[in-house]
Amino acid sequence: MAVVHPASPRPTRSDGRRVADFSISVGTANGTGSQTANLTLLRSIFNMGVPVHGKNVFPSNIQGLPTWFHIRASAAGWVARQEPEIAVAFNPATLHEDAASLPPGGVLVLNGDLRGAPERDDVITYVVPVAELMNDVEVKGKVKDFLINMTYLGVVAQLLGIPLDIVHRSLDQQFGGRRKLVDTNLPVVEASWRWAEANLEKIDPFVIEPMDATSDLMLITGNDAAALGTVFGGVSFAAWYPITPSTSVIDALESHLAALRTDADGTPYYSVVQAEDELAAIGMVLGAGWAGARSMTATSGPGLSLMAEFTGLGYFAEVPTVIWDIQRVGPSTGLPTRTGQGDIAFAYGLGHGDGKHPIFLPASVEECFAFGWQALDLAERAQTPVLVLSDLDLGMNTWMAERFAYPDREMDRGKLLRGDQVPDDYGRYRDVDGDGIAPRTFPGDPNPAAAWFARGTGHDPNAVYSERPEHWYENTQRLSHKFDTIRGLMPDPIVDLVGQADVGVICIGTTIYATEEARFRLAHRDLGFSLMRLRGLPIDDAVRDFVARHERVLVVEMNRDGQLCGILRAELPDLAYRLHSLAYLDGLPYTADQVERWLAPHLEPDPATTPWENA
Amino acid sequence: MNRPAALRPNAVGLTKSDYGGRPSTLCKGCGHNAVANQIVQVAFELGLRPHEIVKLSGIGCSSKSPAYFLGSSHGFNALHGRMPSIATGALTANHHMRGLGVSGDGDSGSIGLGQFKHLMRRNLRMVYLVENNGVYGLTKGQFSPTAEDGLALKYAGTNPFPPVDLCTEALVGGCGFVARAFAGDAKQLRELLKAALSHRGTAVIDIVSPCVAFNNDDGSQKSYGYGRANEVPLEDIGWIPAQEDIVLDDHEPGETRIVELHDGSRLALSKVEHSYDPSSRTRAFERLQQAEARGEVLTGLIYFDSSRPSLSEVQALGDTPLALLPPDKLRPSREALERVLQRY
Repeated sequence: MAVVHPASPRPTRSDGRRVADFSISVGTANGTGSQTANLTLLRSIFNMGVPVHGKNVFPSNIQGLPTWFHIRASAAGWVARQEPEIAVAFNPATLHEDAASLPPGGVLVLNGDLRGAPERDDVITYVVPVAELMNDVEVKGKVKDFLINMTYLGVVAQLLGIPLDIVHRSLDQQFGGRRKLVDTNLPVVEASWRWAEANLEKIDPFVIEPMDATSDLMLITGNDAAALGTVFGGVSFAAWYPITPSTSVIDALESHLAALRTDADGTPYYSVVQAEDELAAIGMVLGAGWAGARSMTATSGPGLSLMAEFTGLGYFAEVPTVIWDIQRVGPSTGLPTRTGQGDIAFAYGLGHGDGKHPIFLPASVEECFAFGWQALDLAERAQTPVLVLSDLDLGMNTWMAERFAYPDREMDRGKLLRGDQVPDDYGRYRDVDGDGIAPRTFPGDPNPAAAWFARGTGHDPNAVYSERPEHWYENTQRLSHKFDTIRGLMPDPIVDLVGQADVGVICIGTTIYATEEARFRLAHRDLGFSLMRLRGLPIDDAVRDFVARHERVLVVEMNRDGQLCGILRAELPDLAYRLHSLAYLDGLPYTADQVERWLAPHLEPDPATTPWENA
Repeated sequence: MNRPAALRPNAVGLTKSDYGGRPSTLCKGCGHNAVANQIVQVAFELGLRPHEIVKLSGIGCSSKSPAYFLGSSHGFNALHGRMPSIATGALTANHHMRGLGVSGDGDSGSIGLGQFKHLMRRNLRMVYLVENNGVYGLTKGQFSPTAEDGLALKYAGTNPFPPVDLCTEALVGGCGFVARAFAGDAKQLRELLKAALSHRGTAVIDIVSPCVAFNNDDGSQKSYGYGRANEVPLEDIGWIPAQEDIVLDDHEPGETRIVELHDGSRLALSKVEHSYDPSSRTRAFERLQQAEARGEVLTGLIYFDSSRPSLSEVQALGDTPLALLPPDKLRPSREALERVLQRY
């Protein structure tokens, strides 16, 4: 993520204007086509050169339930969720809730056709005469309903000071240049923008002024980036079962594969299978990984639960594949359209018996791309299932990104023996190099010595069935040794040390954004701390060093029980007393206000109470 | 060249022992051992190249048996009931290979019924053997889902539920090669195996394979005694390699139906039941129901239709298996990335 470091926590102008430093919430009903209007507004701010981020706060529903879209414009580049100062209220069911959510001085943009509009003296209300603006629209039915959303797009853009041509260009981009769609929507946007220009007196302080902070950036979702990274990692086979919020990984994957992995004559050299369930999806990708094709699946918590037994078999039989878990809020169905980081502990040891899996922990769309190909490399290098834990916030929301960097190293297919390279006395699980990783062969190899039988039962170094105690012990010790080899293959944590700080904070994934913003504010209160963002498990010495040099280390994570904190305590038993959990989960991404509030008591020079007991 | 038969090489220069596996750890007299022996014999007779076969299995007594044949083929002993998914991935990664899977009645009829049915729908190119004994052996004698209604066993008591008929399930799922065999009838099993290996998609052979430890009383439909007394073959089966002329013996030509298989080989079905037509799905359902009602062990090729393409044909995969694509085919170019990113 591109973050511009501001000079002060809240840049305010002497004239009282709030320039590119506010949040908008758009309240509509699910299934009314508001996403186009919302993303076009987001894109318009982006095209003004202003850093922006959008979060879809949506229900598990196809049509009718309330849905909100949050847009944060921030000249400073902050992208964490922020309570809205502007509410666009177009859903009769949430009018009052939306108005009530505003702080004094906030702005309410109201659909004037809705009855029972709330009254608040301390907010500025602009009423949009939707029916009047739709008068000249000739289309009918559902399309007309969709077009209603174009009215707030035009009005809000005008109020913020976004020129019409920028909105037009953004609409073009949003529709991917599909003329007919642009031609249907644009007149409503234009009419609304011009109506606002002619009829509304701007009395609120929120404006967008042109900047040059986004010209080298693009807008993309984490799931799309994950799919693209996977394609550039050479994936050949994917199997999956639809589940929110991971479905769009595979949708994007199929579209990128069709474009990039099809011969001139139309012959595909990839395969994507929609399985009957996640039990089968994981079996298919393991089958393909075993047979020599780079494979992946994408799922979320409930699906990951079903993949547990097979992942354990993959670990024990040493079969490569990659599992993307786009985390939502569980257990059970939980909150399927809300974000969380509650699968960490489960994923790390997925399966029964002894077993541990490498996990990538991306925080940005750039990392979704990079870990997309790196995870495939690691899976084949370490011959084991590899997990990538993204989440709904990262996966489904639209983020600014720097242009993705092409993989900076050759594809690593790991230790392979083929044909004449296979020795007559080949043993599949013989640790000839001493790193716990034994060379493998693919089915189809004509050398008879290459064949081996993959199984979940106990086996000797030659992959032959064995119940001998020494075989079991030695094999699982070798697997543990292999896991130590993997420690050195995970991406390094990002560390920012503050000289004399006795407090360190450890974050993973998207909690970094609220934490960085909170840290910036706290620094202005002289409450500094060191910060480390973990990017993978298992940990290596960098994490030990970080914990060792701070008296107290607070682990910020989005679940109830502090799962990552527990893992770190177990991995660093001698330092466990320094690790304290700051875990919180309600389904929404953190705001900087929240994190500032949670951290501050731990940073006070002379706390009246023992702060971590309140965590 | 007057070497003993066991040492005589076949068309690809391998002897029968080259198709063998590790010693069986199943019970003496188990039907599954007979099946493994016939697989070895058939692979030898057909001159299969072991490296072109992928052996697959689930969990159970049956699923141990791939270790006992084709020792120089790669194999994957998957999870209970989930051989189909491993097979789907492996045989899509390398669609030139042939799958030879061994499952059991518990594996396919209980936990794996879902994967079994979906495998039929996808028509993956593999031979799917069910070694069907109506009982769970490794857990010491519980009913399997194929145990007949009213079967009395020492451990499990009397079965109050109707059986799952895996041939019927395969038919419902859209399988184009549905057969039943009896482990005690080696010749018929061999001919069915040969034909199944020539089939374009998924070929199911449900093999009644008695469990000598827990389910071999003559009263049980999955026992040797019952099978011998009640086996009703639909036809005498002769498999003819692609390059050989058809020589019909013992039957009038009008009594023999020639079925062309996907690789050019043929199956000569000399009818025992004059009215039976294995190309009719409706008739197949009907005959299976009838057999169940009569307590027959109906054997032979019950249904055959090779018109439906296999999964890799549906996916129109190119000649090079996905597993063997070179790195430059796997990773699109730097320019391709730049081109894609321009859209964002």
